[in-house]
Amino acid sequence: MINIKDLHKQFDQLKVLKGINLEVGKGKVVVVIGPSGSGKTTLLRCLNVLEQPTSGLLAIGDQVLDFSQQVTKRQIPPFRRLTGMVFQNYNLFPHMTALENVMEGPVTVKGEPKETAKEKGEMLLRKVGLADKIGFYPFQLSGGQQQRVGIARALAMEPKVMLFDEPTSALDPELVGEVLKVMKDLAAEGMTMMVVTHEMRFAREAADEVIFMDGGIIVERGKPEQIFSSPKEVRTSQFLNLIQ
Amino acid sequence: MYLSSIFASPERVTRLIEIGKNSFQPLLEGAIAYTIPLTLISFICGLALAIFTALARISGNKILQTIARIYVSAIRGTPLLVQLFIIFYGLPTIGVIIDPFPSAIIGFSLNVGAYASEIIRAAILSIPKGQWEAGYSIGMSYSQTLKRIILPQASRVSLPPLSNSFISLVKDTSLASMILVTEMFRRAQEIAATNYEFLLLYTQAAFIYWVICFMLSIVQGRIERRLDRYISS
Ligand SMILES: Nc1ncnc2c1ncn2[C@@H]1O[C@H](COP(=O)(O)OP(=O)(O)O)[C@@H](O)[C@H]1O
Ligand SMILES: [Mg+2]
Repeated sequence: MINIKDLHKQFDQLKVLKGINLEVGKGKVVVVIGPSGSGKTTLLRCLNVLEQPTSGLLAIGDQVLDFSQQVTKRQIPPFRRLTGMVFQNYNLFPHMTALENVMEGPVTVKGEPKETAKEKGEMLLRKVGLADKIGFYPFQLSGGQQQRVGIARALAMEPKVMLFDEPTSALDPELVGEVLKVMKDLAAEGMTMMVVTHEMRFAREAADEVIFMDGGIIVERGKPEQIFSSPKEVRTSQFLNLIQ
Repeated sequence: MYLSSIFASPERVTRLIEIGKNSFQPLLEGAIAYTIPLTLISFICGLALAIFTALARISGNKILQTIARIYVSAIRGTPLLVQLFIIFYGLPTIGVIIDPFPSAIIGFSLNVGAYASEIIRAAILSIPKGQWEAGYSIGMSYSQTLKRIILPQASRVSLPPLSNSFISLVKDTSLASMILVTEMFRRAQEIAATNYEFLLLYTQAAFIYWVICFMLSIVQGRIERRLDRYISS
């Protein structure tokens, strides 16, 4: 489903991604771990084309963006539509209710009729356990509820892949579980997911593969049990010792 | 003393009341026919101009940026009265003749456009980058994100300073009297020229300006409360 080939990203002089190669099969869940500044966020943002890679190739499904050639502005929106992005700090639209947040993409981008979008929005909010919060504004919701609206908003565009950038790291500990549960349900339904998180429980229970990034490269990848119990690389075990 | 003699004379008091009553209607007419339309039309045109100017300023296009910057700088760096004189008295010397009222509209719109563009630009820049990205991430284009996500939030931020501009504009329209627009203040001048009751007429005009601005500040409060409904208190 996802195919990343020799992806490089450079900010001015700073090389952040130094040749990422990764394949993720349909319905697979990949958890990305690694120290702060290792390029995890940048990798997800490249997939969503919020950042333009410096070079390399991105493929999702049968759509390809080859950054060794000129990528035009018109190629980006259809490619971006293949991925749904969930942000660390939710980034909900504060002037819209939960339902309006979820309806915004379908109505404005896809031109769906309001009625259809409303039905779908209500269905999605029910799915993330927020049926009773439909008319609430973000400021009236807890962090965990806001993040679940964020997930519903991304799902409303019917992406092929969901990208999560530390979706629970801004949350109070008691709110983490409700968000992870929604993510696990999504994984169980067969959604292809790439999740940056340091929630080891989630990685153990839901991930098909764990990827350890450091210094802009993938240092090690493997099954969760293998990475967590017997990492091959010194850097991986050092990092795991720090966070566990 | 002069002061006491003014109020001591009953005939004088009667005369003042009489003139005050008679002049109230023409002044009010001047306000309704000119001051208020001049304010409203100029503000709406100016606001449209301001949004384009603000967008030009934050766009990546160097040429647009430069044009916008020169425009704002020129308008802010020159007196409004001089601008009005250039349009109404200056342009005819090169064959461009514009009537008083449209001249005033042009002058005031250009003025609002420049000042308000700075307000709008600051408001747009105050919206967190994550809001743009959230818009993009659900597939919205630049203009969709701007229209649906950024401007509604920026309008809340810019409402208080824009209201101040609007109220200033109500008062600034009195300058249109200098280019022969028969708005409220010009009428006060004309009436006073016939009966020499300058204090009375100008105070009356001042009072009507005050009432208009007072009502506007009430409307402003209402709109602010409406826009604040999605902000926790
Ligand atoms: N827009 C940017 N401009 C310049 N440097 C950036 C930008 N975004 C990220 N970086 C830098 O890239 C590096 C990797 O950042 P990031 O991908 O956020 O890492 P992580 O998510 O793993 O903590 C950091 O050194 C960061 O400062
Ligand atoms: Mg990060």
